[in-house]
Amino acid sequence: MPKMNMIQALNSAMDVMLTRDPNVLIYGEDVGFFGGVFRATEGLQKKHGLHRCFDTPIGESGIVATAIGMGAYGLRPVIEIQFADYIYPAYDQLVSEAARLRYRSAGDFFAPLTLRTPYGGGIRGGQTHSQSPEALFTHVAGLKTVIPSNPYDAKGLLISAIEDDDPVMFFEPKRIYNGPFSGHHDQPVTPWEKFADNDVPAGHYTVPLGKAAIKRAGEHVTVLAYGTMVHVALAAVAETDIDAEVIDLRTLMPLDIHTITQSIEKTGRCVIVHEATRTSGYGAELSALVQENCFYHLEAPILRVAGWDTPYPHAFEWQYFPGPKRIIDAMRRTMES
Amino acid sequence: MTKSAPDRKNRVALNLRIPEPRQRPGDLPDFSSVDVSSPGAVPRPGINAAAKDIGDMAYKLIRVLDNDGKASGPWDPKLDSATLLRGLRHMLVTRNYDNRMYLAQRQGKTSFYMKCTGEEAVAIAQAAALEREDMCFPSYRQQGLLIARGYPLVDMMCQVYSNERDPLKGRQLPIMYSSRAFGFFSISGNLGTQFSQAVGWAMASAYKGDDRIASTWIGDGSTAEGDFHHALTFAAVYRAPVILNVVNNQWAISSFQGMAGGDDATFAARGVGYGMPGLRVDGNDFLAVYAVTKWAADRARSNLGPTLIEHYTYRAEGHSTSDDPNLYRPANEAKAWPLGDPIERLKKHLIALGKWSEDQHAALEKEIAEEVRTAQKEAESHGTLGGDKMPSIKTMFEDVYKEMPWHIRRQRQEMGV
Repeated sequence: MPKMNMIQALNSAMDVMLTRDPNVLIYGEDVGFFGGVFRATEGLQKKHGLHRCFDTPIGESGIVATAIGMGAYGLRPVIEIQFADYIYPAYDQLVSEAARLRYRSAGDFFAPLTLRTPYGGGIRGGQTHSQSPEALFTHVAGLKTVIPSNPYDAKGLLISAIEDDDPVMFFEPKRIYNGPFSGHHDQPVTPWEKFADNDVPAGHYTVPLGKAAIKRAGEHVTVLAYGTMVHVALAAVAETDIDAEVIDLRTLMPLDIHTITQSIEKTGRCVIVHEATRTSGYGAELSALVQENCFYHLEAPILRVAGWDTPYPHAFEWQYFPGPKRIIDAMRRTMES
Repeated sequence: MTKSAPDRKNRVALNLRIPEPRQRPGDLPDFSSVDVSSPGAVPRPGINAAAKDIGDMAYKLIRVLDNDGKASGPWDPKLDSATLLRGLRHMLVTRNYDNRMYLAQRQGKTSFYMKCTGEEAVAIAQAAALEREDMCFPSYRQQGLLIARGYPLVDMMCQVYSNERDPLKGRQLPIMYSSRAFGFFSISGNLGTQFSQAVGWAMASAYKGDDRIASTWIGDGSTAEGDFHHALTFAAVYRAPVILNVVNNQWAISSFQGMAGGDDATFAARGVGYGMPGLRVDGNDFLAVYAVTKWAADRARSNLGPTLIEHYTYRAEGHSTSDDPNLYRPANEAKAWPLGDPIERLKKHLIALGKWSEDQHAALEKEIAEEVRTAQKEAESHGTLGGDKMPSIKTMFEDVYKEMPWHIRRQRQEMGV
């Protein structure tokens, strides 16, 4: 099977879907001839034609609104918002329109759009190219939110998202486009292609939405993470003698509560890790759910490791980023209590 | 205010303008500033005219019918009397329906209602000019589209009552209708959002090599929303087969059209800067609205792209049942509106043609009143808002997603249904 990095895997997912379904089309800022600023759509216009993959005006709200209209027509648009940080102009169209269309029309209209957007920090992007706004969307009834952590999942989840009849927010952890990131920014990144287990099938396959993956089985503490932080958490665990179970959520909405509760009933401890700011972040929802579902199994308070509640600072990126040290500290604290 | 400092360069004190309508309650209505060009005076360019060559159209007012009901000029669509009579009937049904639903709200049978009184020609003439398969992305004052397309009045009423037969299962505020089968997109209460969505639908139709076009409506006030700009930009860039209608009814709740920037340029002129024709039409003139819509539709169908149409009209009643216009505009302004009433004008035209009479009109009004009353009875037999005939409460949890996720199912169980 071919070796792919995450960009190639995403590109392959879109290529497969463009080939299979004439109702799939791709558009966004710079995605056409140029192939996108992260190259995710490279070659797709040349291969599939101008109408299947094209550029848009710089107007995120217009991009989402037209995708809703196309969805109502019967197409399956896959749109790119160049950085998750640019998504806010489209917030009304996503929250008030795409999310509610099926409900408010009693199922008569729906918007099966997939919105791809690179998110997260660790790339020296400053406050406008580093944000993790996923909780602003998991809070919205009617949207699905997906975050892959490796090339295989990225392709399989993206195909599932495109084939899904609900609007899907597909956040791509751009820090790990080329290779997994341990959180140690001073260490070199090993490209995805070098990992023996990172084979990505060339053809069509899916990874179902709403199913988490246990990335490391363990007995002592459950670490809940997604996106880049899955790898940071795994690296952190490897640096300790704590036998942690690391769960990659993969889909935040709908959430795989079963895998989470099963794990915590076993470990009795839970550390939640995300890059996004802590207050009202997705970790707050996870923490509440764990408390509601696993209270009598808990041996220690649930802890959150998250971005500080400040805008993403350019100069202090690595002090801001919730790296392995903070995850290790949290795991030790939960083990001690 | 501080006095000008000695080193101040600008000798003229700057002055912030806050737009205000010319008249307020207690003042006499005065529409002398409204340019009422004589019917037939505005030329009709070919549908393939370059937008840049017809920019001046955005500052004219296309009119066909004069005060005596006589049609003239190049925009006269020369419709057969059957089409005219159908239009008249649909406008009368819409007005009667509005009146009955307004009363129903006052009687406590529902929470809210919005009439389109005085603006009936916009939706009805446009529905007549569009093909039945064309897709409409309306705002909240185009109920006439549904009526013209034959959507059952009973279903409209059941939506307004949020009762057991409400096609939208009690989920939407009254009048936010939706019907895919009738080419009527789900109305959003967030103003303006449909404008750019319609462009996406039109792009999809062009992408598929279809022959259907889209049409969408926005109020003068909501043109200030970003969605308006996105719609015009995307429609122009992709030459989308869409008609972009601004219904300038002079009022956005209590804000006059000048608050949306209508004083220094027409709304039709917005189109010119985007490279699309901007046409301005007497919105109370059934024939003119029909002709302009047909022009824009033919243009869109010929791959010549979008047209912006400003329908110059007047909101004869309050914004909604929650509004009292006497608090912010002269009480008798509607009567002073220089472009008259669309129903009266079409009626006069038909009489002038010798195809209609006052007696026939009175008989038709009576017949329609009976028809609407019967529909209302049937609708109310399925319940009114807050009564005992409601949609099943279970349905509250459905259609958030195609398949109900576990957390919503759990919440439904928590509620015990």
